[in-house]
Amino acid sequence: MLKKLDELQKGETGLIKRVEGEGKFRHRLLDMGVTPGAEVYLRKKAPLGDPIEVTIRGYELTLRKAEANLVFVEVSEGAAK
Amino acid sequence: MEEKLTVALAGNPNSGKTTLFNSLTGSTAHVGNWAGVTVDKREGTYKKLEKPIHIIDLPGIYSLSPYTPEEVISRNYILDEKPGCVINVVDATNLERNLYLTTQLLEIDVPVIVALNMSDVVRKNGDKIDAKKLSESLGVPVVEISALKEENLDSLMAEAYKASKVERVGKTVIENKNLAHLINDIKIAFKGKNVENPLFHAIKLAELDEIETAMHPDLIDMVKEYKESHQDENFGDDFEALIADARYTYIAKHYAGALTRGTKSEEGVQNKEKLTKSDKIDKVLTHRIWALPIFIVIMFIIFHVTFSEDILFIGRLTALAQGVKFDDLELITDPGAIRFLSCAFTTPDAELEVMNGVPSIGVWLQSLFGFCTGSLIDSIALGFEGVGMADHWFTSLMCEGLFTGLDAVLSFIPQIMILFLFIAILEDSGYMARIAFILDRAFRRFGLSGKAFIPMLTGFGCSVPAIMATRTLEDTREKNRTIRLMTCFSCGAKAPIWALLAAVGVYAGFDGGVFVFSIYLLGISAAIIYALFMKLFSKDQYVSPFIMELPAYHLPQFRNVMAHLWEKLKHYVIKAGTIIAASTVVIWFLSHFNWNLSLGMVAIEESILADLGRVFSYFFYPIAPLEGGWAHVVGWNEGEGWKYSVSTITGLIAKEDVVATMAVLGLEEGTIGLSVEGVYSFALYNLFTIPCFAAIGAAHGEQKGKEFWITILWWFVMSYGAAFVCYWVMHFCRTLPGLGYPLLVTLIGGVVAAGIVVSNKHKKANTINA
Repeated sequence: MLKKLDELQKGETGLIKRVEGEGKFRHRLLDMGVTPGAEVYLRKKAPLGDPIEVTIRGYELTLRKAEANLVFVEVSEGAAK
Repeated sequence: MEEKLTVALAGNPNSGKTTLFNSLTGSTAHVGNWAGVTVDKREGTYKKLEKPIHIIDLPGIYSLSPYTPEEVISRNYILDEKPGCVINVVDATNLERNLYLTTQLLEIDVPVIVALNMSDVVRKNGDKIDAKKLSESLGVPVVEISALKEENLDSLMAEAYKASKVERVGKTVIENKNLAHLINDIKIAFKGKNVENPLFHAIKLAELDEIETAMHPDLIDMVKEYKESHQDENFGDDFEALIADARYTYIAKHYAGALTRGTKSEEGVQNKEKLTKSDKIDKVLTHRIWALPIFIVIMFIIFHVTFSEDILFIGRLTALAQGVKFDDLELITDPGAIRFLSCAFTTPDAELEVMNGVPSIGVWLQSLFGFCTGSLIDSIALGFEGVGMADHWFTSLMCEGLFTGLDAVLSFIPQIMILFLFIAILEDSGYMARIAFILDRAFRRFGLSGKAFIPMLTGFGCSVPAIMATRTLEDTREKNRTIRLMTCFSCGAKAPIWALLAAVGVYAGFDGGVFVFSIYLLGISAAIIYALFMKLFSKDQYVSPFIMELPAYHLPQFRNVMAHLWEKLKHYVIKAGTIIAASTVVIWFLSHFNWNLSLGMVAIEESILADLGRVFSYFFYPIAPLEGGWAHVVGWNEGEGWKYSVSTITGLIAKEDVVATMAVLGLEEGTIGLSVEGVYSFALYNLFTIPCFAAIGAAHGEQKGKEFWITILWWFVMSYGAAFVCYWVMHFCRTLPGLGYPLLVTLIGGVVAAGIVVSNKHKKANTINA
């Protein structure tokens, strides 16, 4: 199922399919390892609901929902709990 | 003769680069600024080889993209300054992302060696990294080190020395055929044009990177055409993503062969729910419910220990137990009285002095420090007196001008040091990044990020360390905004002004307590309004991205924290010291001489400063011109308008001087004849206006050229505007309610409307980006 990264539930894992946006935002995402094909795990959300914290390429990355909205991930049905 | 070898350290933030730098250079390290930006530039010397090696610590970066000042600095330094060797510091516990920068460094024609840092931690985790294999696939030497335990640093430097002797040609890891072809085409074009580092520039141009396209506009069409005709099956013409992907693909392929996981961490990878120590700490500190309360408690402890005059409120509580009413208590803050480990309160009715409290370490050190510098100045004055120069202008210049100014600089040092000790610990432990994570949502509305919270809160103590703390803000625009908002947070030195004006309440008919509370509240409200205002009128609705690593928690390193403190101290004393010393001497001169300089020193009433005050009082006239206003009478020889003006000028030395000057000029509790609106407009003017010279010096250290002058202007215009609006609205509310209250309602309505507009713009900006 294709979802946006900000729609992921806590504890869900997805495979990045596409990174949208442009310029600085996008390049920063790519530099930080948010590239198509990478596995991303939603670790937690901030107390106020935004930003979110994900595990990607073996480290913890935080980004705002507005930024996560640019990232499309494929969530395998079985993986979500 | 051979030139001294320069080695540059490059690596991700949190890769242990600074620790390595400190280990290598020890006491030879010194900190400056990179030209044109306020990013720290650390340099030092490594002395353990035959020849000393000059070491330069590049800012922590994730990539050589052109999007942050740090990235541009590092990129330009390596390309233009051509260091003898680049040591790429890599966090061995987080190889995959760290090697991404390595793949870019390898493309430059410069000797590179990889320092595999924290290899001790990798071993402890039961993992093993095959450095030889990694070195083979990267084509450069790889040395396993531990910067913290100083393991293998000598062989690292020996290796760097060896590498610097051999020329190295850039090499790329990008294996994609389409890309390789394009890169090669551009490379050939560059070689024809004699461009240095053709491979690096070619790849950046293929990404259509801002800096490259500006440098080679003639080649853009070629790149675009190529992209159109050679679309990738997965990425289309999106070569930016294709290149990032190519790098990570390569890393995944080769690093998988070099890393052998022990059984222990293998389980950890398989089972994401399994928690490391850092994860467990994080679970508490960023807990959905407990994160904010814990944060507030931590902040309270930090500020209490730094600024409180009555730690744990012991003094107040004991006084209460002795039957003294809370409202009657007044803390004795006589700067002349040094109180070791005790603080005192008086009550107005009795001579009862309660000395049961304990001041915080910050306040205690400050009073001790103030006592020492104060006595020193006194004894110098006595010395002058001893040689018969008691009334000489030189004595006055030294003791009342220069030394007083230096004393003002030095007196901030204890509290700056303690506060920065805490900030350094917060940064080094990894909690600072979590503060930004917790608070970002709340601050973003105002065009700021969660990190701005620390400087702002610090502002209630003292603007000087607060402005210095804005250096942790990566975004220049956010930093500028935060500095400009700083005067809204009433600093400790402004408290005497509020105390004096609160006492006036008895005559003007308002409650002192409510007055002081309302000043703090108005300050915070103004900060919110100004922030919205700045966001509303900024050219674009750009919000800096918040895409940040959350590093694993670790114990702060003593040496890193100390090095950080030492840097801050030196930076402050030099920057603020020069400005303050110069400006206090100017103010001293203006207040001790009249226009006829040869006649010698005069009383302040007849000085140049008094005349300046008289001129300024005309300028302030519109703010509070009516009976009871502080610019009510603006005559040349009579009236009191000029006295208020002069005290706002001397307030530039230190805000405590506002009250001191007023006293010298005869404006004291019983003689201040201001009305309510007069008091409020004078208070707001002093709250928002240009802070003391020390804070101006700190701002000058954080802002460059035009931005600094805009800040000064902003402070001035805002204070004038706020005092003006406050005076007239209050005046009409009191005298002409029919006009006053509608005015007040319109004003509040306007602010709310502006807030709504900003929030809508914000939403729109987000949807455009999406």
